[in-house]
Amino acid sequence: MAGSIPASLTAESAAALRARRVSPGAEAWRRFRRHRLALAGAVILAVIALAVLLGPLLWAVPINEIDFSAKLQGPSWKHPLGTDDLGQDLLARMLYGGRISLAVGLAAMVIAVVVGTIVGAIAGMSRGAVDAALMWLTDLFLALPQLPLLLLIIYLFRDTLKSLVGIEGGTFILIVAVIGGFRWMQVARLVRAQFLSLREKEFVEAARALGASPTRLVVRHILPNAVGPVIVAGTIDVAAAIIAESTLSFLGLGFPPDVPTWGRILYDAKDHLDIAAHWALIPGLAIFLTVLSINYLGDGLRDALDPRRVM
Amino acid sequence: MGRYLARRLLLVIPSVIGISVVLFAVLALAPGDPFEELATNPNVPAEVRASLRASFGLDDPVMVRYFRWFAAMLQGDWGFSFASRIDVDTLILQRIPVTLLIIGSSQVLALLIALPVGVYAATRPYSLFDQIANTLAFVGFSLPTFFTGILFILLFSIQLGWLPFVYRADISATGWAWYWEHFKQAIMPVAVLGLFQGASWTRYVRSAVLDVIRLDYVTTARAKGLSERVVVVKHVLRNALLPVVTLVALTMPAVFGGAIVTEQIFRVPGIGSLLISAILANDTPVIMAVTFVLSCLVILFNLLADILYGWLDPRITYR
Repeated sequence: MAGSIPASLTAESAAALRARRVSPGAEAWRRFRRHRLALAGAVILAVIALAVLLGPLLWAVPINEIDFSAKLQGPSWKHPLGTDDLGQDLLARMLYGGRISLAVGLAAMVIAVVVGTIVGAIAGMSRGAVDAALMWLTDLFLALPQLPLLLLIIYLFRDTLKSLVGIEGGTFILIVAVIGGFRWMQVARLVRAQFLSLREKEFVEAARALGASPTRLVVRHILPNAVGPVIVAGTIDVAAAIIAESTLSFLGLGFPPDVPTWGRILYDAKDHLDIAAHWALIPGLAIFLTVLSINYLGDGLRDALDPRRVM
Repeated sequence: MGRYLARRLLLVIPSVIGISVVLFAVLALAPGDPFEELATNPNVPAEVRASLRASFGLDDPVMVRYFRWFAAMLQGDWGFSFASRIDVDTLILQRIPVTLLIIGSSQVLALLIALPVGVYAATRPYSLFDQIANTLAFVGFSLPTFFTGILFILLFSIQLGWLPFVYRADISATGWAWYWEHFKQAIMPVAVLGLFQGASWTRYVRSAVLDVIRLDYVTTARAKGLSERVVVVKHVLRNALLPVVTLVALTMPAVFGGAIVTEQIFRVPGIGSLLISAILANDTPVIMAVTFVLSCLVILFNLLADILYGWLDPRITYR
């Protein structure tokens, strides 16, 4: 690039160049803003997050107040999203369930990213047998049928964890751990690929020549440069984890009936489709909208964080 | 081709062993006795339980138990279903054709959507068609299969009344009517799975074709005066299909997951719904066997994808 700068660069344009220099974060934000659908996704996601965080404080209707006189009602002023077969208010249940669905998605993503980064970093820094063994493990996990195994593990471990940490906490820990434990492979591969190319770069060599320890090399020099694709993969993982949790709940094997996650509401609603379609449509649309927004957000981040892409 | 096949077949062995180790580890690490259910069941006498424990060798060391279990699994000796009171292998053999039929047709449907749409979108990048296809693909793979299934039931079964929403194995009609009934009840499960897969594959096909279509040999083919059709179908598509085949193989585990959900929604009597009902009935031998069979199916489809890869890419064959 240096060769392409004309020799007769005047002082003014040099100053102008310096003035236009922006931080990587600001540059990423400028690129991200140009992806309008990603921006829309981010806004919708923020609205959903705010709604499930603050909503239960504003809409202080109990989620388990049974009122048979008002069962299976469509939307009305008293129940803006209608009621279910026990006359429970769906808006309150949706807001409460959204907290759990989003929390599961985020927590599972954190597990997947942490495990994936550690595995990928170890594989990328060490050559030979360790690398080969870790990649074999990654490929094996990629070939496992995830949903059947999720179901198997939850079936086998459910009761013990419930008795150990209580029914809600136990299910939450189990589901988050298992979903996260089955989603780290993509991150591991990405991180390893990044490490393989980054560790040969001049700046890493320079740091090594200055006497940086391997840990410092990884943490201060290589990892920050590998973080872009990991953020994108992590974003997509949130969506995948939300779908996985909803699928488990939809199959009746996720959270217990008194914890109304979105998938669970859908599961309860599916036998009343002919008389109360709204009951199934509302949680389904919520899952769809959340996942769609996250996917668009990930797409926008992919464009924004890839410096090779001209925008 | 023969040597490639043989090498690839040898690679199946470590995968099957790896998966069996994972499965067995999960079972062995699980707290409690997997046959606990029998202890509380008054219909099962104590000596039957003891002989079952002995036949599974539950008191032996872990390694011995693993090898015995793995040998039994390979021989098709999968135990006895507590809930259905028949051998697990008979049960699974009854259920598996429907699952394969649904999954197979949905994959064909997905390819029929993804290939033409992806190729057409890639030959006209950033056109209106491309943008619409891209948006629909995003919507398609953001819609979870369970919600698409419910939307289909709402629309086609309840609002319009065109299609049945419960899959029946015992259709009494004969001749063409039998086929027609089967076709009608398979439409929704196949469409749910096929549209979901088709949506994500469309994006893969599009980007794979976009990568290839700019290469010099494509320009050469055009310069020779070949028609655009021949260039795209004969020159571009074959090379563009290579990464797509890999991705299709990688998404196979997700396809089986989707099949479980679809079978459960439409009550298709396949092995996915068998797995769910077995879990709800605490029927451990069936659960283990179904998970094992599904894992083996994933390996089988990966193998098929690799063989297809070898056929599509002649460079691989002689390596």
